Amino acid sequence: MQIQLNGEPYALPDGQTLADLIEQMALTGRRIAVELNQDIVPRSQHARTPLKDGDRVEVVQAIGGG
Amino acid sequence: MTTAVTDKPFTLAGRTYQSRLLVGTGKYKDLDETRDAIEASGAEIVTVAVRRTNIGQNPGEPNLLEVISPDRYTILPNTAGCYTAEEAVRTCRLARELLDGHKLVKLEVLADQKTLFPNVIETLKAAEVLVKEGFDVMVYTSDDPIIARQLADIGCIAVMPLAGLIGTGLGICNPYNLRIILEEAKVPVLVDAGVGTASDATIAMELGCEAVLMNSAIAHAQHPVLMAQAMKYAIEAGRLAYLAGRMPKKLYASASSPLEGLIR
Repeated sequence: MQIQLNGEPYALPDGQTLADLIEQMALTGRRIAVELNQDIVPRSQHARTPLKDGDRVEVVQAIGGG
Repeated sequence: MTTAVTDKPFTLAGRTYQSRLLVGTGKYKDLDETRDAIEASGAEIVTVAVRRTNIGQNPGEPNLLEVISPDRYTILPNTAGCYTAEEAVRTCRLARELLDGHKLVKLEVLADQKTLFPNVIETLKAAEVLVKEGFDVMVYTSDDPIIARQLADIGCIAVMPLAGLIGTGLGICNPYNLRIILEEAKVPVLVDAGVGTASDATIAMELGCEAVLMNSAIAHAQHPVLMAQAMKYAIEAGRLAYLAGRMPKKLYASASSPLEGLIR
């Protein structure tokens, strides 16, 4: 399936969850926040949230700013 | 040290802070400099931006919150770079998830890239939504006393007018507007943006601000760690001077030494 990850097209196998995607990004256990189609998905729900074709995923973190 | 006047603590959202200096984390050379400057500033509240994680970045690359630990500092996620109420609200929701339900946010909705002036209409809209959703909103705004009042009435926990445009270091450009905002303040007023050097921070505190938030003045100094330390003292000096109450200004001289006993 093809999703939009942080505004870029991203391909991953069918049947994967948000947790699988985060693992592929090597971000498991890191301090991030995730939005799926503009709704926050709490950390505890990542493994229970299947992805589907066309989903828009945002993964954010804290960076330097004023 | 004995002081006749005991200062009331600086309190935000029910939490008390020793330091009245809040600092940003942008524009530093690297994370080591960020950490060292923040430590030297004595700040306890540190603002951070929320941005997309780079896909395919070095997996081992340290994350800002691993250097500026939420266990040690009160993290103040901000909505810098947002130009609509909707973007700002989304960013705050993401920040709350990022920081495990943390409610304190710095709301900033900008109008224009050249001035980074706040869009107060969008700011008011976002503030209403965020307050309803239970956020503790510290809000960046213009130095318009009417807007400042409206933001406090909506339920923002602190109002943070600019003293000058973000990143300009021009200092306290309109102390008179700040004085009006301070005079009728129902919530803490902090200067956010415009400070360029230590004396600017002192002036903000002498005017009666509860605290000052700054980033560029420290990060863009020739020696950021040294400037961070200067800012710490400047904030303390300004606060003490505010509590002490300055002498009235006079047109003519008034001798400091007694006139009696002069040799003739």
